[in-house]
Amino acid sequence: MLEFDWGVIWKYRESLWDGMLTSLQLFAIALAGGIFFGTLLALARLAPWKLVSVPAAGFVNLIRSIPFIMAIFWFYFLTPVIVSKFTGQQGEAVGPFTSAVVAFIMVESAYYSEIVRAGIQSIPRGQPAAAYALGLNYWQSMGHVVLPQAFRNMLPVMLTQAVILFQDTSLVYVVALKDFLGAASKAGQLTGRIVELYIFVAVVFFILCFLASHAVKRLQARLAAGR
Amino acid sequence: MPMIELRNVSKWYGSFQVLDDCTTSVGKGEVVVVCGPSGSGKSTLIKAVNGLEPFQKGEIVVNGVSVGDPKTDLPKLRAHIGMVFQNFELFPHMSITRNLTLGQVKVLGRSQEEAEAKGMKLLDRVGLLSQKDKFPGQLSGGQQQRVAIARALSMDPIAMLFDEPTSALDPEMINEVLDVMVELAREGMTMMVVTHEMGFARKVAHRVVFMDHGQIVEDCTKDEFFGSVRSERAQTFLSKILHH
Repeated sequence: MLEFDWGVIWKYRESLWDGMLTSLQLFAIALAGGIFFGTLLALARLAPWKLVSVPAAGFVNLIRSIPFIMAIFWFYFLTPVIVSKFTGQQGEAVGPFTSAVVAFIMVESAYYSEIVRAGIQSIPRGQPAAAYALGLNYWQSMGHVVLPQAFRNMLPVMLTQAVILFQDTSLVYVVALKDFLGAASKAGQLTGRIVELYIFVAVVFFILCFLASHAVKRLQARLAAGR
Repeated sequence: MPMIELRNVSKWYGSFQVLDDCTTSVGKGEVVVVCGPSGSGKSTLIKAVNGLEPFQKGEIVVNGVSVGDPKTDLPKLRAHIGMVFQNFELFPHMSITRNLTLGQVKVLGRSQEEAEAKGMKLLDRVGLLSQKDKFPGQLSGGQQQRVAIARALSMDPIAMLFDEPTSALDPEMINEVLDVMVELAREGMTMMVVTHEMGFARKVAHRVVFMDHGQIVEDCTKDEFFGSVRSERAQTFLSKILHH
């Protein structure tokens, strides 16, 4: 008969909390970077010049067709090799956190660019036309007229993607970054109480993500009512 | 020199020709009504005037500036040509006040106070000062279109373009918008108006341009147009829309 010892969670609370902070930090940076670069990528894809739109589309399609975990993995292990090939010097290790941040921003910007692109395309063409007719230039028209409306329309989808992103932060265990899951794993290995710790991780993820998706649903209802 | 001049303007969507060798002009202080059946290219023509629709052949010169010239600073040119759209196109996420001040502040570089003072004066002129803190979605179609006219006027335009300004309105709201336009015309504003409102044309137009299949079929004075139109196509069109 299996005996549970939930005390290990309390015992390792500090290391688990540190792990959660790492996860949250990665999440926040990846989210901000993903939305920022995703917006730029979306604008590039919608640009009338092939020289801009084709590479942007190529990047987005490439990233979206490889598994997330591969991007993290490759970036961590291959970038130093590539850098040393080009510079002739031994590639300096950037560390798992920096490397994970870059990989996350790259991948998330590809995902967010598709959301932003759909959001921009949901705005009637008369809106930018009216902005241009007032004499606003491209960036002013985007910044004051199109994007604020587009972001409002895509807010629910963006938040849903954010929930997925938060769950995906646990993938960094492949580069031995001590996130929340990593911290729990470590504690589990040390104490042999891996089941308790994994259940704890699952419950925490469930509660956070459940609350977040609930909030998204309520927001969606409010936005629909405000229309 | 006319304020707006179009010389042999042609435009194609792929192999379909939407504008076919269009030549006309609008003098300073002149009101020109452009009419014609739907799909005749009149909306495309008026949008070409401020560069919202590119064209492949011919030349459009507004206040001495060539619209089709790639070197032309289009935002600068557009800032001084007011445009009113069929679907109003107020910015729905901004208050009426912000709708009126955005262009003035961002494009003309006016201060917020100056822009607001100007905006409120024009809002008062179209009879909607009490609505200044509302959002476009809270206004009726006719009210929105009047705000849109005030927004265009807030930029101190040298000419105004109207693209079917009353087509999306319920019948009872058409007159409130037309009244504003009539007043504007009588003050001497240079206007190019795409519309089916022949009452408006009779009242204030100097000239009427009739289009069909991308061509300018008639370009004559108002009296000629309503008195003795020469083309059969224009006569058919008139008989159709004057009946109701």
